[in-house]
Amino acid sequence: MFGKLSLDAIPYQQPIIMGAAAFMGLVAVSVIAALTYFRKWKWLWTEWLTSVDHKKIGVMYIILALVMLLRGFSDAIMMRTQLAIASAGSAGYLPPEHYDQIFTAHGVIMIFFMAMPFMIGLLNLVVPLQIGARDVAFPFLNSLSFWLTAAGFALINLSLVVGEFARTGWLAYPPLSELQYSPGVGVDYYIWSLQVSGVGTTLAGVNFIATILRNRAPGMTLMKMPIFTWTALCSNIMIVAAFPILTVALALLALDRYLGMHFFTNALGGNQMMYVNLIWAWGHPEVYILVLPAFGIFSEIISTFSGKRLFGYATMVYATMAIALGAFITWLHHFFTMGSGADVNAFFGITTMIIAIPTGVKVFNWLFTMYRGRVRFSTPTLWTLGFMVTFVIGGMTGVLMAVPPADFVLHNSLFLVAHFHNVLIGGVVFGYLAGLSYWFPKIFGFKLNEKLGKWAFWCWLIGFYIAFVPLYMLGLMGVTRRVNHFDNPVWHAYFVAAAIGAFVILCGILFEVAQLIVSIKQRESNRDLTGDPWGGRTLEWSVSSPPPFYNFAVIPEVQTRDAFWEMKKIGPPRASRYRPIHMPRNTATGVIIGAFSFALGFGLIWHIWWMALVGLLGIVISLITHSFNQHREYFVPAVDIARIERLRSPALIQQV
Amino acid sequence: MRPQTLDIEVPSNARAITRNVELAEAEEHAEAGQTTPLGFWIYLMSDCILFSALFATYAVLRNAVAGGPTGAQLFHLPYVLIETLCLLVSSITYGMVMLALKVQKRRAVLGWLMITAVLGACFITMEVREFAHMIGEGAGPDRSAFLSSFFTLVGTHGLHVTAGLIWMLVMMIQVARTGLTSTNASRLLCLSLFWHFLDIVWIGVFSVVYLMRVIV
Amino acid sequence: MRLMTNNTPEISSNRRMRTLACTMLKLLPVAGAVLLGGCDWAVLDAKGQIGMEERSIIATATWLMLIIVVPVIAMIGAFAWKYRASNARAKYMPDWDYSHSIAVLMVLVPTAIVACLSVIAWRTSHTLDPYRPLSSDVKPITIEVVALDWKWLFIYPDQQLATVNEIAFPTDVPVHFRITSASVMNSFFIPQLGGQIYAMSGMQTQLRLIANQEGTFDGISANYSGGGFSDMKFKAIATTKDGFDEWTHRVKGSAQLLDAVAYGALAKPSEKHGVEYFSMVDKELFNQILSSPGRDPASLSTAGKKLLALEE
Repeated sequence: MFGKLSLDAIPYQQPIIMGAAAFMGLVAVSVIAALTYFRKWKWLWTEWLTSVDHKKIGVMYIILALVMLLRGFSDAIMMRTQLAIASAGSAGYLPPEHYDQIFTAHGVIMIFFMAMPFMIGLLNLVVPLQIGARDVAFPFLNSLSFWLTAAGFALINLSLVVGEFARTGWLAYPPLSELQYSPGVGVDYYIWSLQVSGVGTTLAGVNFIATILRNRAPGMTLMKMPIFTWTALCSNIMIVAAFPILTVALALLALDRYLGMHFFTNALGGNQMMYVNLIWAWGHPEVYILVLPAFGIFSEIISTFSGKRLFGYATMVYATMAIALGAFITWLHHFFTMGSGADVNAFFGITTMIIAIPTGVKVFNWLFTMYRGRVRFSTPTLWTLGFMVTFVIGGMTGVLMAVPPADFVLHNSLFLVAHFHNVLIGGVVFGYLAGLSYWFPKIFGFKLNEKLGKWAFWCWLIGFYIAFVPLYMLGLMGVTRRVNHFDNPVWHAYFVAAAIGAFVILCGILFEVAQLIVSIKQRESNRDLTGDPWGGRTLEWSVSSPPPFYNFAVIPEVQTRDAFWEMKKIGPPRASRYRPIHMPRNTATGVIIGAFSFALGFGLIWHIWWMALVGLLGIVISLITHSFNQHREYFVPAVDIARIERLRSPALIQQV
Repeated sequence: MRPQTLDIEVPSNARAITRNVELAEAEEHAEAGQTTPLGFWIYLMSDCILFSALFATYAVLRNAVAGGPTGAQLFHLPYVLIETLCLLVSSITYGMVMLALKVQKRRAVLGWLMITAVLGACFITMEVREFAHMIGEGAGPDRSAFLSSFFTLVGTHGLHVTAGLIWMLVMMIQVARTGLTSTNASRLLCLSLFWHFLDIVWIGVFSVVYLMRVIV
Repeated sequence: MRLMTNNTPEISSNRRMRTLACTMLKLLPVAGAVLLGGCDWAVLDAKGQIGMEERSIIATATWLMLIIVVPVIAMIGAFAWKYRASNARAKYMPDWDYSHSIAVLMVLVPTAIVACLSVIAWRTSHTLDPYRPLSSDVKPITIEVVALDWKWLFIYPDQQLATVNEIAFPTDVPVHFRITSASVMNSFFIPQLGGQIYAMSGMQTQLRLIANQEGTFDGISANYSGGGFSDMKFKAIATTKDGFDEWTHRVKGSAQLLDAVAYGALAKPSEKHGVEYFSMVDKELFNQILSSPGRDPASLSTAGKKLLALEE
């Protein structure tokens, strides 16, 4: 009846997990209690859960990402603490099978459930506003994408309490991830949470490409788009091209595990190298998918806060395209040591190094944007400067490992771990946090506390170096990754230093939590009344903060790049008549399909076949039912628009 | 979200407002009619990559028979030829659907949809029989890596065709109920893209999997 | 549009930043001395020719890239400082956004460095190809390696002995490893001697190493393979010719034989496995393991049959 599921699935004997579960339960109960007490269930349902508004969906994505940042970071702190203790010969405090799940979950959570949702959330918040559109091309699809991601989020969080997670590393190489060596449900949780959320991501990719190609304001040619939108376009094209490969890799692994097939097994002809190729053919583009929008964010920030046009816009665009294309021909550098031969290794090593050239172009463009500008050191600017220094170092170590014989001694070492954290934290995390502080006022209507933001930045920056420079050194000492205890006393000091660094980063995270709380409390004194708190250059700053639900009362006509900057120079446009605005209705279909997807995933994981079938049928029937719905849109009459626009603050009206 | 209605006087140009709404609505629909097929094309490209990955896997594993049956031993080309003809002809009949749509003939559209669906169902039935036969002979997907990749590549294509058949059924209901509206026209266009795409993939499967196994 | 005036809080925060940056810079050499002093950096402290060449690639590549990285980082600091908003003396050109010469330079300089590195990458990928025999007059020693859960089995086919978690070889003699796995993917790695290569079931990889100094070097698996991975370590002993003979003698003196039964027992998962010596092993055992991926190790009966013949 319940497949493999029984009460034994809950790890009662593991105090750390039970503690974490209790904490999660407490948070969940508090949220439910608060919603009930303040009678906000209907509001939650109609305003947020069933919304197809890209701004609301973006906020939900980012909330999900920030929650998972906390969970992924707890994994990191646990690992660093364990190694600081267990590098002097002791066994540490984490049982090995627990540690092995933690390093797997840390990677999976940070990439799939922190970085990706954070990115898609920022794309949702900003791209339609930047291109002068009212919403994305397919608002229902947007909601569906979010709820599929949420279903994956639910599955991976449930794995902590019911059952176990994979003990394979974040990419679950076979044969270790095959049934023979991983008979538990851990790898199945991995497969299904990623498959479900992966479909959501692919659909989001389709959505944003269509949006950027079709929904731009009149006059905004491609070369007049904001640079962030360009990086969004390239990144989403990469999503559509790369994620199907992940889908296939995970599906084939699932077929091996569920139907006894032999794609990657040791026996009967399976080939584990095929999985490695497939997963990295997705995996390498994935990290560029994450970093390109971060580059776009930095471009916007450095231009705005230097009070200067972005240097070399055209070369930036071409560099972005070059990186997007080049990312697809470098994947083998993740397994130079698999024995593919000198010619193949050298080829991929060289393609990997070639990508450093357009990246270098970007760094120079940022540098020369500052040159002869007027640089204001706000929190977003600090993140940008910290990124520039840190990412250049991380890129250098990457190019170093792109030389195959160098990689032979550094592959899978802590040097590698330090390198990819260098570029992921220095590039992706810094970028998204910068974007959050930059666009927060636009979405919520008030600025974040600057002082706490700067404290958070310094803790992240300093903490990063203290945590990861020792790891570079340990890698050069021959220390490998994913080991849960060491007995070389020389290494002990380095692991302790790394743990200290992790705690400094923790302070950074705490400062950000504090920043949120304090900013909300101080919101009245930090209100953004003009819609343009930073002296912005692009269209999102031309609307109020927060924007009206339809974004633009009148779609602007764009003449140049940095459209809003030019609008500010030449003065407000002539007042034109308001026309009725076509808006999509809210729909519950996204939530419902998300719920059925969760059921499908959970049923497959625990071999509860009837539940899986119900989930699958539910998805199909919901989609078909939704397609019969003819009343998906409505019109906002011009008089209502006029009223809303009149209610905007006088400062904003003066602006444009 | 709908803004709350206010107590405002309805202006005397209320009729003009309604007409504005209608004009705007027509404009919006025309634009949406262009965006939906674009979105579908982009999805189709992702599906193309998905099949490419499956083809690549098949190419790598095609000789990993683990001492078991090979393609040459298992495949019956005449049978596959009939299957293929069913699918190819169904593409032609779907073309007729689109022609009928162009001249707004609802009954012709429904008729050709029905014929296409029947041909598609024949294809699927024959494929299922082929699979069942092979499994019965001990040549199931769990016998070897070659067979795993054969069943998965061909089976994924079959699942796509099945999804297309379900979609066709839904379209027949929707066209019967509401006629050849612009929404339905847009959907029929997307289904046509999907159906022809699957046809092209099948040509790849037929050539790479069946022909090359038996001839080479 | 608001412009920053000189009376903003920016100035005091700028000053604070400057002091902070200076303090950090002063601390760097201190930190460096503390960390670098008295440490044993295996990869940089290579004891064999392969390892030394790989180390020199790391050094060369790093220096080449520092040519561009150091000036860039310096420019980041310099530009941000010179063109800070509170510095009214700096030139302000808000619409200057392109320069042909800068564009050309910013493409050419990285391209030049990448070109150098590419040549290095191409050449060294070939000269340091793990499959390529080392140029030496001395006949190489062959060691067959089988990754098990969670220990390393070593078979010396020419000497007809086998060990677990310990190998020995003479210095200045090339060692030719043939590697496979009888379970999941591992990576055979002796950091002080040179690069690693994956150990995969049903497939054979090869590695060529040489030790030019005596010593006992740590060996590990560099690819996570499950519960006992953290203790999957071995020792590689490089000795004189006599030392090697003495070691072989010791192994040959062991009472254990690696027959089918022993191999079946060995192949069972175990953690923190110690060192074991086997005085006899079937020459074909490695090939048997290689050609039967996924098969139950206890069923490798051919090894047993042959060995029975050898015993008498």
